[in-house]
Amino acid sequence: MQPSPARDLTVGLFVLAGLAALAYLSIQVGGMEYTGPGGLQIYATFEEVGGLRPRAPIAIAGVKVGQVSAIRLDGDLRARVTLDLDPSLQLPVDSSARIVTSGLLGDQFITLEPGAEEDMLVSGGEIDFTESAISLESLIGKFVNDAGLEEEK
Amino acid sequence: MNAIETLGFRTLMLVVHLGRLGVFVGRVARASVLPPTRLRRFVGEVFDVGVLSLPIVCLSGATVGAVLGFQSYVALSRFGAAGSVGSVVGISLIREFGPVLTALLVTGRAGSAIAAEIASMVQTGQIDGLRMMSIDPVHFVVMPKAWGMLFAMPLLSALFIVFAIAGGYAVVVHLLGLDPGTYLTSLEDSVNLHEDVSQSVTKALVFGVVVACIATYRGYTSEPTSAGVSAATTGTVVVASVAVLLLDYVLTSFWGI
Amino acid sequence: MGGQLALDRPLAGDFHIAFDGVRLSLGRREVFRGLSCGFLRRQITVVLGGSGAGKSTMLRLIGGLERPDAGSVRVAGEEVNLLPERQLFRVRERIGMLFQGGALLDSMTVFDNVALPLREHTRLSEAEIAERVGRNLAAVGLPDVADLFPRHLSGGMSRRAALARSVVMNPEIVLCDEPFSGLDPLNVRRIEALLVDLSRRAGLTLVVTSHHLASSLRMADRIVFLVDGRAVSGSPEELLQSPDRRIVDFLAAESQAEFDPSRLGDEPSSRPAAGGGAS
Repeated sequence: MQPSPARDLTVGLFVLAGLAALAYLSIQVGGMEYTGPGGLQIYATFEEVGGLRPRAPIAIAGVKVGQVSAIRLDGDLRARVTLDLDPSLQLPVDSSARIVTSGLLGDQFITLEPGAEEDMLVSGGEIDFTESAISLESLIGKFVNDAGLEEEK
Repeated sequence: MNAIETLGFRTLMLVVHLGRLGVFVGRVARASVLPPTRLRRFVGEVFDVGVLSLPIVCLSGATVGAVLGFQSYVALSRFGAAGSVGSVVGISLIREFGPVLTALLVTGRAGSAIAAEIASMVQTGQIDGLRMMSIDPVHFVVMPKAWGMLFAMPLLSALFIVFAIAGGYAVVVHLLGLDPGTYLTSLEDSVNLHEDVSQSVTKALVFGVVVACIATYRGYTSEPTSAGVSAATTGTVVVASVAVLLLDYVLTSFWGI
Repeated sequence: MGGQLALDRPLAGDFHIAFDGVRLSLGRREVFRGLSCGFLRRQITVVLGGSGAGKSTMLRLIGGLERPDAGSVRVAGEEVNLLPERQLFRVRERIGMLFQGGALLDSMTVFDNVALPLREHTRLSEAEIAERVGRNLAAVGLPDVADLFPRHLSGGMSRRAALARSVVMNPEIVLCDEPFSGLDPLNVRRIEALLVDLSRRAGLTLVVTSHHLASSLRMADRIVFLVDGRAVSGSPEELLQSPDRRIVDFLAAESQAEFDPSRLGDEPSSRPAAGGGAS
């Protein structure tokens, strides 16, 4: 364990390699930070969120632009979802948010459709046009009901 | 009745040992804040624990990643979800296999070496020699070793994970034909800095502390005989490995989800 | 004249080191049962005794590495057995100890080993340290080994290097645990001469434990003989003429061992463990 320049060099390289690995995991793999100062935080209220959970992705045209950070009940007992979005995003005030399922049985996420207005949403703003999650049970129930009504006719 | 007596005795001894370990750790902590800084020795210890463990950590990482990728691909394919291989490999490596397996490997390699080195210093009178020169052996020998391991563990864990991701990539993309973009994006999309990576680093740090304390304690309190050195070494590997696995359970449930 | 040396309430100033009624058991074995003796300033005292008589333990008691079950150990006026570990440095900085086998740190060069106390406890510059270390290594006859590691040295050489380390801080007291064990006659003479020379020149209080009858009788100003858990002291002449049966038997057995090759196996081996830990 005698000090030597060679040994110090290898230790330095090891530390650099380790830190680089940590950085890769944190930044590249761990993902961008959507929250914090400068982050774009928008709210949207839904009748039904279904299987939507925090950390679910938010996409525009299929491209991930943020994630769900919180889901709470508001005063009217509806679900108020907090969306953490990429700060550079320009989203018109009349954009809409829809909860969709990936595939038929997959996880649920939010897809945003940009509106046509010229004013953009800022942090703390609200998306007015929302479409709730479609649950498979209610679809089937509706189908059965309609079929039943048909029968009765 | 004898079996019960033995059980009672052993339980008491376990508590006694835990208490002594606690006192010992307190001494190391106290020594850590007293001068001199012993930076030279610390760098030497990072070399012994970190650099010298690199071959086994990287090799094991690549192998584990390859196997994990393969098995996950096979299992997920049955559900038509082969595209999620990247995220399965990534999450399980980052949250569990990375810190735990790295800690076990480091325990076997560096933990046992530390215990053996300190124990043989006890046996050859070097520890007493330091005391007679009014040099605190805990400050001179133990403290740099403990910090060296604490510092090296998260770095080794991160390297293990990166090599494992690469190993998974090699198998899944080149051998099994999955699209590389799918592997990497499913990996990146599902891993979260706050939840997963921070859990990984925290686990690695905690394991580093635990293994360092156990290895140095067993070495320092060993009997000054050859049998004592060997008991310190094997005891370290056994106790530290079990401790890592138990703590992993505790930490995992603490993190929730 | 044999018999127990009675410490008739010694004047503290008389003895640099004094044991008074020390009792100590190691494990189940009672090593000392009322040990009383003194070591005079600036004198060379050799501690003799059979294996297991407690010679090494005695040195450890002086250094505070062991504590007695009863009785007191006074070193330079301080009651060493009562001081907590953290305050023992007050006494230890006046003591240099040469352990059996040397006990050099095997992960550092000889130079760094001898320089260690200087680097830890003094503010000397590296140049001053180099000068002091060089001087001490030369004094023990090892001018050229500074950059070697302890594992490259022979038993005699590492013993001498350890001796250099033990005196580099100019202590008042030097304790040597079996410095002659396992050495060939040439090296025994060498180390004996070295010890005598060093201690005379520096006015050291030297305490040496030994099996080696010939060197002990030659170099000692006083002899402390450990037997039955107690001590008998006197000058070498007094010891040789003692009618005490135990002393006579011991002298006979030891002198036979020294000159009878077939009994060499009886000499307790204290070869240092080769190498040491990982490096």
